[in-house]
Amino acid sequence: MRKLMSNRLVVPAFLALLVVALAFVMPSNFYFRVAALVWISALAVIGLNLLMGFAGQVSLGHAGFFGLGAYSVAILPAQFGLHPVIALIAGAAGCALLAFVVGRPILRLKGHYLAVATLGFGILVSMVISNEAWLTGGPDGMPVSRLTLFGWRARGADTWYWITGGLMVVGALLAVNLVASPTGRALRALHDSEVAARVVGVDVARYKLIVFVISAIYASVAGSALALVNGFITPDAAGFLHSIQLVTMVVLGGMGSILGSVVGAAVLVVLPQVLTVFHEYEHLMLGFMMMAFMILLRSGIVPSLSTLIAGRRA
Amino acid sequence: MAEFLQFCASGLTVGAVYALVALGFTIIYNASDVVNFAQGEFVMIGGMTTVFATAAGVPLPAAVLIAILAAMAIGLLLHRLAIEPARGASPVTLIIITIGASIFLRGLAQIVFDKQFHSLPSFSGDTPINIGGALVLPQSFWVLGGALVIVIALWAFFNRTVIGKAVLATAANRLAARLVGINTSFVIGLSFVLSAAIGAIAGILVTPITLTSYDIGTLLALKGFAAAMLGGMGNPIGAIIGGLLVGLLEAFGAGYISSTYKDAMAFIVILAVLFVMPCGLLGRASVERV
Repeated sequence: MRKLMSNRLVVPAFLALLVVALAFVMPSNFYFRVAALVWISALAVIGLNLLMGFAGQVSLGHAGFFGLGAYSVAILPAQFGLHPVIALIAGAAGCALLAFVVGRPILRLKGHYLAVATLGFGILVSMVISNEAWLTGGPDGMPVSRLTLFGWRARGADTWYWITGGLMVVGALLAVNLVASPTGRALRALHDSEVAARVVGVDVARYKLIVFVISAIYASVAGSALALVNGFITPDAAGFLHSIQLVTMVVLGGMGSILGSVVGAAVLVVLPQVLTVFHEYEHLMLGFMMMAFMILLRSGIVPSLSTLIAGRRA
Repeated sequence: MAEFLQFCASGLTVGAVYALVALGFTIIYNASDVVNFAQGEFVMIGGMTTVFATAAGVPLPAAVLIAILAAMAIGLLLHRLAIEPARGASPVTLIIITIGASIFLRGLAQIVFDKQFHSLPSFSGDTPINIGGALVLPQSFWVLGGALVIVIALWAFFNRTVIGKAVLATAANRLAARLVGINTSFVIGLSFVLSAAIGAIAGILVTPITLTSYDIGTLLALKGFAAAMLGGMGNPIGAIIGGLLVGLLEAFGAGYISSTYKDAMAFIVILAVLFVMPCGLLGRASVERV
């Protein structure tokens, strides 16, 4: 059993099974749509979790990369006639480059200073997106052309359920492999103690930058996927509140847990949908549940529950 | 020149509010290491409670008092019900709790009050005062004067009273403070109450100029946090300087460069400052113990 659990393929395989199994119990298109949104958020959160949970660096500006990815599949096909898939790759490459350039100075900062610097970066991106209306449609957003692959048009919530589910599983697979690799070991080392990591020869600045770039790519691809699913995109995707949402998903699900990323995303995507029955009490309930979760399960849902179960078994 | 003075006046007025929010961040952070993102909500509660109390017929001074007391009560509840039970949790977890609290308080305000924008009549008329060609609203003097009074009162509290010194001692070293008999839990609660009162006063003073509504807190918390970091986290003088600077940068950015990018100005400067001084303008470089 332990040997099975330690296998790095367990979590991605479980997620793949989950995607397939859930498809059989979805009662309507609406559920497929919500599930697709969960997979998309989960993808961005897995990337952010690599940065926060494994390397221990906070980013309050990740929605900036998410927004850039979303707008690249909206703008590039509309303005330059690029294929959406090329636009998605171009967006991810652009985000990687941007993360590489801004990451160098930003990641020298520590703790709350890092938080405020990434916050500033995210706000600058979202401000450019909502102010350059000639390119982005401004605060009203802009339409995104449909994805067509070899003459086949991707449409319908169930189609997107499979595409986004697949992206998420691939993302999880790459993430667990990264964590198990020498790079992952270096990241965990610098999370525990930067000084100790440096002493044993880890190039701290380089590894921080690597994981920052990787997490930016995750966010960008997730953003592109959201734009394609919705067929429409507004600057909210790049906004500060979305950054906070992503961070909350990471912490809620459990820092340093890939499975936790998916759980955190699922809770925060599904919860508001459920809470709409409370009408005007919606925000009250959301805030209350966020506080309650974090007070009761302070190291996140998945790690807290797994220690609870392990404790009971012992 | 008149234009320059005009931008100075509006920048300092808004900056004074940011400074008070940043000061609230600093007081709580020093006492408890918590970054309280619900700080902006105190500003909202101050303004909104005053608006609704005066609308119900309460005279303005009494309404102001009610608003400040309401904010203080909520500050205390926030500490007792949300921060204290999570003692020992990681800083990020605590930040998420305060963000949850801010969403909760916004939801509460939406129900108790409403979703409209509200204003208060200016405390001493709307006739602008001409200073070197710049027209300054009398309410601006209320904001700046109020901020000054708060800063002086805080200075006196921290340096001249035993309780104030207990707060400073807790900020310096929590374990040592407990060893000399200071009830640190009380001190941390007090810091929440104090920050809530400061935020509420800022909200009341600025409402006649900038209006208030249930959702103004987020942006204020953001700017206040940024201002506190610009000055150097944990340094009260840095918080005031940071707040005023952010206000001035916005005013000059909007006036001379582009009003659509006025919020960007402040963040560009903050990023630039942090790249050169990674601990803010007045922050001390932290020494990591290995």
